Amino acid sequence: MSNAVVEMKGIRKVFPGDVVANDKVDLTIEPGEIHALLGENGAGKSTLMNILTGLYKQDGGELFVNGEKIEGKYGPKEAIEMGIGMVHQNFRLVKPFTVSENMALGTKGKFLYDSKDIEKKIEEISKKFQLQISPKAKIWQLSIGEQQRVEIIKMLYRGAEILIMDEPTAVLTPQEVKGLFDILRSMTKKGISIIFITHKMHEVLSYADRITVLRGGVALKTISAKDTNDRELADLMVGRQLDAKRMITDEVPLGDVVLRLDKVNARNDKGLLALDDVSFEIKGGEILGIAGVAGNGQKELSEVITGLRKVTKGNIFFKNEDITKECVQDIIDRNVAFIPEDRHGMGLANNLPATDNAILKSYRNKKFGSFLLQKKAINEATQKMVDDFDIKIPNIHCNVKLMSGGNLQKLILARETFENPELIIAVYPVRGLDVGAIDYVHQRLAEERKKGKAVLLISEDLEEIYKMTDRVAVLYEGKIMGIVNTDTTDINDLGLMMSGAKRSEA
Amino acid sequence: MIKVEKRLETPKYLLVLTPILSVLVAILFSSILLLVTGEDAIKALDTIFGGSLINWQEVLVNSITLVILSIGVAVAFKMVIWNIGAAGQMMIGMICAAGVALFVPIALKDSIFLIPLMALAAVIGGGLWALISGGAKAIWNVNEVITSLLLNYVALYLLQFLVFGPWKGVTTSGFPQSDPFPAAAKIATIFPTGRLHYGLFVAIAVVIIFYFLLNKSRWGYEIRVIGEGRNVARYGGMSLAKNIIVAMFVSGGLAGLAGAIHVSALEGRLSPHMNTDIGYTAIIVVWLSRLHPLVIGVVSVFMGALLFAETNLPAAGIPYEIAKLLQGSILFFVIAGDFFSRYKVKFVKE
Repeated sequence: MSNAVVEMKGIRKVFPGDVVANDKVDLTIEPGEIHALLGENGAGKSTLMNILTGLYKQDGGELFVNGEKIEGKYGPKEAIEMGIGMVHQNFRLVKPFTVSENMALGTKGKFLYDSKDIEKKIEEISKKFQLQISPKAKIWQLSIGEQQRVEIIKMLYRGAEILIMDEPTAVLTPQEVKGLFDILRSMTKKGISIIFITHKMHEVLSYADRITVLRGGVALKTISAKDTNDRELADLMVGRQLDAKRMITDEVPLGDVVLRLDKVNARNDKGLLALDDVSFEIKGGEILGIAGVAGNGQKELSEVITGLRKVTKGNIFFKNEDITKECVQDIIDRNVAFIPEDRHGMGLANNLPATDNAILKSYRNKKFGSFLLQKKAINEATQKMVDDFDIKIPNIHCNVKLMSGGNLQKLILARETFENPELIIAVYPVRGLDVGAIDYVHQRLAEERKKGKAVLLISEDLEEIYKMTDRVAVLYEGKIMGIVNTDTTDINDLGLMMSGAKRSEA
Repeated sequence: MIKVEKRLETPKYLLVLTPILSVLVAILFSSILLLVTGEDAIKALDTIFGGSLINWQEVLVNSITLVILSIGVAVAFKMVIWNIGAAGQMMIGMICAAGVALFVPIALKDSIFLIPLMALAAVIGGGLWALISGGAKAIWNVNEVITSLLLNYVALYLLQFLVFGPWKGVTTSGFPQSDPFPAAAKIATIFPTGRLHYGLFVAIAVVIIFYFLLNKSRWGYEIRVIGEGRNVARYGGMSLAKNIIVAMFVSGGLAGLAGAIHVSALEGRLSPHMNTDIGYTAIIVVWLSRLHPLVIGVVSVFMGALLFAETNLPAAGIPYEIAKLLQGSILFFVIAGDFFSRYKVKFVKE
């Protein structure tokens, strides 16, 4: 037995619906190292860590902590007792409480709350690991960086020796990121081992000792940060086998510019800059791909164009008209189709029938009635969508939550293209679909291009980008790293740009 | 071992069957409690249901207020806006209607427009009162449950302030109530005997109009989608703030209308007696009816009978709390019954 603090061997986890989240994953954490788990969204990083912290039980494989095989009952409580603590992306802190009150929560203490005792312990931890914090401060008064520090102290207070950080830098400013890793580095010198989950390559290269890359639930490789570079990591993370054929082979004469973004800036839900001077244009008869690892501004990009998010700086033009300040309804009225990332929460109302969902974008249209809705017209329109797109549904009055993912996406696609839109914004349109449905969605998008429409296709999948786009722009941390012609570009260059290298450097 | 599974779709027959069964179980449960406490269960049930049949006019009188209140509550609930303040909005409606009736210019005192004018004032008053909660919700996302609930008490004390103070009548021999309204301010009864009044037709009209508004109109569609999820609604280009404000105004306006009918038809003056429970009873009605306007009409009559029983039971020497007990157990069992229409319970051998 080695002296590894954590050893995971052949871990397998399957979720209902036969979704394999982890398969044959091996992971070894050495004492006092910073170990990065790198992978795209959905690569299985969080599932793996949830197994380690006792939230899930693995379906196969073995787990060793400090050389001891974990068997029998192993839940979050046992994990903490074994010295494993996790700092989640969304902090688990009670905001109106003080730092020391938050420490007391969920720990076994005396019957009476002894703030002196807790404060003394916090100070000990603060001193030992150089984590400056005032125990009497209320959480809501602290900055996000300080709150994260409280989370770390909380784990150390509970006796954690193995600290898991889930996307710790997602909420931090660049200065805070530097500060965080200085702290983490000093902690490793005191014997704490750190696992951090991320999809940001440059952080991994600058701050981690070793890196394990996950893709599609499988651990591909564990490498030392010294022995690798961003190109290799990008290749591992994205996968480079591209045997896909291009689907859009026919020449389509380019039309006028349909959509133009001019130095657009926007903030994300946390108030941080999500789009940084984004500029590009799409002409009719063209599919522009936006490649990049999810979380680099894709969601925000789709939302500023469709009016769901405010533009803080810059302008958006639709057919040469400035639409920067227009609301969602104005943009719907301009006949812009939007296939959103979130099919269930945004694209469709699950507990309403197909008919109600079919008119979500056009219910204001006179043909469906001016005051009372015209049932007959709505039923006919819905039936036409169901027939045209071959949607499998018992009848059009069924709630859509009973439909499969592929059929749901077909319904959205049918609705969005029903009014013959000039511009289609498609965000991860084939995510989670089966092969047949993927092909169908792609065929439809290719048809729209052939009709001379402009399509913006946001995707993480380079295969899809290669198959479906005329040009591709790479989005990284809210910036466009470069825009290239898809059929002449080197796939490795794209991978590198996705990891943050500028076009010129690539 | 018992295993609970979520149903993908609730069969239609269960939607009808569970509330009816739940009511029956509640009656059974209440009867057992009555027997245990030594009351005469048969006599109590006979007084509640048999008495209601004999006094059908009184039952309907209760239902009129209840059905209008409930439709108002349902409008807000459909959008997942929890308006708990129907009673307060109703009281503001009573005050506004009384204000018009008492202080209207002489020229209008005998006018046939007096009642419509009172109703209009009550709708606007109740609606604006609800907008205090609705506006705060729409603009600052303030929890409407708390604001609408607390405003009930503000409305109650406002009502009491008026009848104990400035609006206290000169002809009331010192009792805290206003002077009686002029004759033209009173909604007439339908029959020579009994209290059933023409407000019944207003209630029926409200049910039918809101059936079409909520289930068939474009506005109803927006409410449905917003109730399903804020993100879907935003995606469809609907304005949340505008819809919350409109729905709250309509919800409060209907409660105000119920208040106007109540003072005009039954009291004929503004008095401090106000049963604030009626707002919560309306919530029960809405829940039992699964927010369907036509069903609300039917359930209101049933609840109207229970409300009537509260006044009728003491006359038969039975404590009126028994009607309350029945009301409470019905709500309890209906909510519990709802679980069975959403989930399947299976017994499996391990």
